[in-house]
Amino acid sequence: MSIFDLFRDNSKTPKSAHVAKERLKVIVAHERHQRNAPDYLPALQRDIMDVIRKYVDIGPEQLQVDINEEGNYSILEVNVNLPK
Amino acid sequence: MAKIVVITSGKGGVGKTTSSAAISMGLALRGHKTVVIDFDIGLRNLDIIMNCERRVVFDFVNVIQQEASLNQALIKDKRCDNLYILPASQTRDKDALTKEGVKKVLDDLAEQFDYIVCDSPAGIEQGAQMALYYADEAIVVTNPEVSSVRDSDRILGILQSKSFRAENNQPPVREHLLITRFDPERVARGDMLDVPDIEEILAIPLLGIIPESQAVLNASNKGMPVVLDEKSDAGQAYLDTVARFLGEEKPHRFLEAQRKGFLKRVFGG
Repeated sequence: MSIFDLFRDNSKTPKSAHVAKERLKVIVAHERHQRNAPDYLPALQRDIMDVIRKYVDIGPEQLQVDINEEGNYSILEVNVNLPK
Repeated sequence: MAKIVVITSGKGGVGKTTSSAAISMGLALRGHKTVVIDFDIGLRNLDIIMNCERRVVFDFVNVIQQEASLNQALIKDKRCDNLYILPASQTRDKDALTKEGVKKVLDDLAEQFDYIVCDSPAGIEQGAQMALYYADEAIVVTNPEVSSVRDSDRILGILQSKSFRAENNQPPVREHLLITRFDPERVARGDMLDVPDIEEILAIPLLGIIPESQAVLNASNKGMPVVLDEKSDAGQAYLDTVARFLGEEKPHRFLEAQRKGFLKRVFGG
């Protein structure tokens, strides 16, 4: 930090290290979830997508397919955001 | 019982070979008979970092393919009697490494050595998977930077699912975080991920923090593991790292930004 930095407006933009941490938290959590998921999940997701698209036009970001372990069973969670 | 330690990272250029050279020399200096193996088939570099590039006659692949004996291929370090180097092949394809071939070499080395340090290539392909497959311990080298942290997490996933220990329901590979190229000044300015940030994301125990240092380039220029430069910050940080690896308690050092002189503080730089 030097005297010249005082004239720059740093207050509004968050520090880049903070941005890095937040981005990493999201992507690492997402990738860990994916690698613990069964191998068929991406194919299942594509098939569900194809079925929905027969009726409604949605993009990949509007469909979320997750498998969550709950003790001795798993829950398949499908979230679809349909456009209005 | 020999311990197999892999130095890995996923991402390239983060300091795996520098760390392998420093840590294996550190272990040897502490009296442990140590061998360091270059798993980067086709891109041999441990030899030049260890200053034995002109003494390579036979290599790791020659031994696997039984074209040379282990003792013919092992290069004894000239600075420390406890340290040997097994260089990578410069010509063969990395598919020359097979699980069976690597196992045979590691089993033979285990009879002579206390520590077998495996210097992994970058990436998550065959070479990297072979380097970590038989590991008892893994030192995951990470730079305070998004792509390195992300790749470290991927490597941790592979250690937890595709190592021999994971595949055979044995106790998991012990994981250690080694942060390299750490720059306290940039952290203080908020331009670089801090140690607790990386620890929180990767959630593995911290083994050491190596500061960004001119000493590292100087050491590799000379072919000298940086721990031999005992006065340097990086050399001391690696020696501390080795001590912690051997179970000693050592506070982490070189985490504070150096105090700048008045002129620098006023005018920057």
